[in-house]
Amino acid sequence: MSHIIDRRLNGKNKSAVNRERFLRRFKAQIKEAVSRAVKGRSITDIESGEKVSIPVKDISEPVFHHGQGGIREQVHPGNEEFIRGDRIPRPQGGGGGGGGGKASQDGEGEDDFVFELSREEFLNVFFDDLALPNLIKTQLMGVEELKQVRAGYTNDGTPANISIVRSLRGALARRVAMAAPTLARLGEAEEGLDELLESDDESTQEVREQRKRIHLLREKLGSIPFIDPFDLRYNNRIQQPKPTSQAVMFCIMDVSGSMDEQKKDMAKRFFILLYLFLQRNYDKIEVVFIRHHTSAVEVNEEDFFHSRESGGTVVSSALNLMADIVKKRYNSSEWNIYAAQASDGDNWDSDSANCGRIMEEQLLPYCQYFAYIEITEGEPQNLWYEYLKVKERQRHFAMQKIRSASDIYPVFRELFKRQPATRA
Amino acid sequence: MTPISTGSEWTFDLIDEYDREIRKIAVDEFKLDVYPNQLEVITAEQMMDAYSSVGMPVNYHHWSFGKHFVSTEKSYKRGQMGLAYEIVINSSPCIAYLMEENSMTMQALVIAHAAYGHNSFFKGNYLFRAWTDASAIIDYLVFAKSYISKCEERYGIDTVEELLDSCHALMNYGVDRYKRPQKLSLAEEQARQEEREQYLQMQVNDLWRTIPRRDKDDANREPPRFPAEPQENLLYFIEKSAPLLEPWQRELVRIVRKVAQYFYPQRQTQVMNEGWATFWHYTILNRLYDKGLVTDGFMMEFLQSHTNVVYQPPVTARWYNGINPYALGFSMYQDIKRICENPTEEDKAWFPDLAGSDWRASLEFAMKNFKDESFISQYLSPKLIREFRMFSIRDDDHEDKLEVSAIHDENGYRDIRSKLAEQYNLGSREPNIQVWSVNVRGDRSLTLRHTMHNRRPLDEGSAQEVLKHVGRLWGFDVRLESADNDGSITQRFEVKSSLELQRL
Repeated sequence: MSHIIDRRLNGKNKSAVNRERFLRRFKAQIKEAVSRAVKGRSITDIESGEKVSIPVKDISEPVFHHGQGGIREQVHPGNEEFIRGDRIPRPQGGGGGGGGGKASQDGEGEDDFVFELSREEFLNVFFDDLALPNLIKTQLMGVEELKQVRAGYTNDGTPANISIVRSLRGALARRVAMAAPTLARLGEAEEGLDELLESDDESTQEVREQRKRIHLLREKLGSIPFIDPFDLRYNNRIQQPKPTSQAVMFCIMDVSGSMDEQKKDMAKRFFILLYLFLQRNYDKIEVVFIRHHTSAVEVNEEDFFHSRESGGTVVSSALNLMADIVKKRYNSSEWNIYAAQASDGDNWDSDSANCGRIMEEQLLPYCQYFAYIEITEGEPQNLWYEYLKVKERQRHFAMQKIRSASDIYPVFRELFKRQPATRA
Repeated sequence: MTPISTGSEWTFDLIDEYDREIRKIAVDEFKLDVYPNQLEVITAEQMMDAYSSVGMPVNYHHWSFGKHFVSTEKSYKRGQMGLAYEIVINSSPCIAYLMEENSMTMQALVIAHAAYGHNSFFKGNYLFRAWTDASAIIDYLVFAKSYISKCEERYGIDTVEELLDSCHALMNYGVDRYKRPQKLSLAEEQARQEEREQYLQMQVNDLWRTIPRRDKDDANREPPRFPAEPQENLLYFIEKSAPLLEPWQRELVRIVRKVAQYFYPQRQTQVMNEGWATFWHYTILNRLYDKGLVTDGFMMEFLQSHTNVVYQPPVTARWYNGINPYALGFSMYQDIKRICENPTEEDKAWFPDLAGSDWRASLEFAMKNFKDESFISQYLSPKLIREFRMFSIRDDDHEDKLEVSAIHDENGYRDIRSKLAEQYNLGSREPNIQVWSVNVRGDRSLTLRHTMHNRRPLDEGSAQEVLKHVGRLWGFDVRLESADNDGSITQRFEVKSSLELQRL
């Protein structure tokens, strides 16, 4: 009799570790592929993984084998025309089979080894560059679809979750309840003693006994525990589905000549990060792209990142445009509004003050969050100083300088920190 | 008789029933001797898992298994390949995987093929009997996996991975071809492992003790040659003699060596093993049909996949990829049966003992006592050579043209037979590389020697790469010399220990 076992439910994903080892080993190549992919992709297109190709020679595992040359005899099937002693020209391109390259073992020949990263793996690598703490990575990737919310108190839990106020309140109630009869008797006894002392003096038997009774009652009171395990209450948290509503994200970019490809790429990474974050929190997200030099215009993503039109810089034009669009299309009672502005900070001198004003009066009151990133290696420009003032007054305005990809995340961290405070 | 089932859906009850009927035919009727069977129903994904860790249900972690997984998954998802519908493990009980996507017909085919065909081959063939211990392999792999993961915890994943990379590069040179290994259970293995570590280390230290000799006579004497004779098992030599390896590293070398040894018989019996399993699934399922237990539809589906498996594309086909071991093996067993039952005059002349004998006994004998090389040289008949229209091409780099050295005619049968047999000789297929000498008194460098066969040189790029791995294991300079027939060196490779080995 054969033993038949249903294994379908266990041991799934057994290769996960090996797969991860594989990715780990070729991290450098994979990273490169991912950052190439980021350049080519739209901000909202992060649903899928990515194809990665690694040269076969990098990935092959060498073993000793024969090279070309020498004498080789090979038996083949399917002879149609040959007879013994026939001499035939060598086929072009290699001396025909035999101990040939191992590289073809995977059926890929000398081509690259191509495989697909899952979305999760893709994001992992993407974030790796940004140096996110792992915890936040999983949050961003939406693996954790639920969120923890308070839900009253329970009688058991871990010490970390003890609710001190609740526990002590319970303890107090218990002490009052348990002490009440004794307290009443103590009161009586003390009154009795007072009465006795009015007529008798200290040394009488009765007084002494009364004092003893009082003493015993006091002791009894004292033995009621201050806190009992029974009193402990723990904060109860339950999982609740993530919030669902809608959000709009404004991407504002300075396209003056100084914003080169590399700067745009960093801006893009920031926008992707922001998008991912929003996507986790909201059912529906819209993205509005605004580019500006001396005047601002709403464009599609392609034009946003790739158009080469250029001129001087008047940042306020973009802010004004955003304010208009918000008024027309995104009623702030229905929409959560986020914005990120990327610039190298160079602005028309007198315009910066304008920007600060528009920001505070027309945008921030409606925005959940506004992040300004200045992508520059040099000294901060006048816009930066203007915004610094805004930042002092407005908690949901963040600004950061970005020199390299790894700086992108700190701005983001701010965003996370402020999140509870700015909840509408 | 009514058929066991009519639809294509399988159920556990049906699998059980088919297995029972197949068993009646395989074991009761045809007397196949098998290990107990364990049929495991798994998903496609699990099949890919099994596929990529060389088919073993347990194995240690390594990036190259991940690589195989990734590439298997890719071709599977693109529909470039169906998954192997059979993976079967040489263990007792013999584990055969049934993929849930399979139809009932395919499940029956896999049961007959793997659980009775391969299973009886594992149990019967002399190489498997001598070299593998079916009852202990799973245990051993459990031991290996946990030992290696402990090493990873202690010494870091990278350190362990690098060492395994180097061992894998030499895996084909980690087998004993003549010595028979001991059989050990998991308990014994663990108990002895620590003891072994200490003992080995002592031995190595002893080997490398360099106490200056006072005695003048001694100084003049030729230093003893080490190793005394060339060693074919490179990993074994490294495990025992590499001066700088830590005890745990020696254990890892040993693990890879043991796994290599376990798979060694499989590499030598591909044609025989697949042929045998295919012969039996064909025979058994036809018998099921004769008994009225399966429907015409079942047979149509079965025959279609059987035909695909045993198809041999001719050399001119675009997808020609050498001789199909399923086709060759299956035809040979069928042919042996035919020679036993209906011998022609030619058969009687070529196989006087076989012609007219009891086919079942003769087949059993052929399965048990040969490996691919000797099996072909013993049993490949002129009729099959004609059927396959075999011919032999001689490629000599001293000549400007290829030569057809033999074809499927009277003059060519023996020639083709011996040449095809030689093609399956692992010894000549893989370069013959052995440990040649160690400079014991000097720089401790290790020299390997490749003995050329038919003037065939080593592939230089890979040889240099593998040599780096050897260097990492050996810890000192390593050299590889290629010697032709008269012993003169034609190729030389060298890896200096200190510099190149820090990072491969």
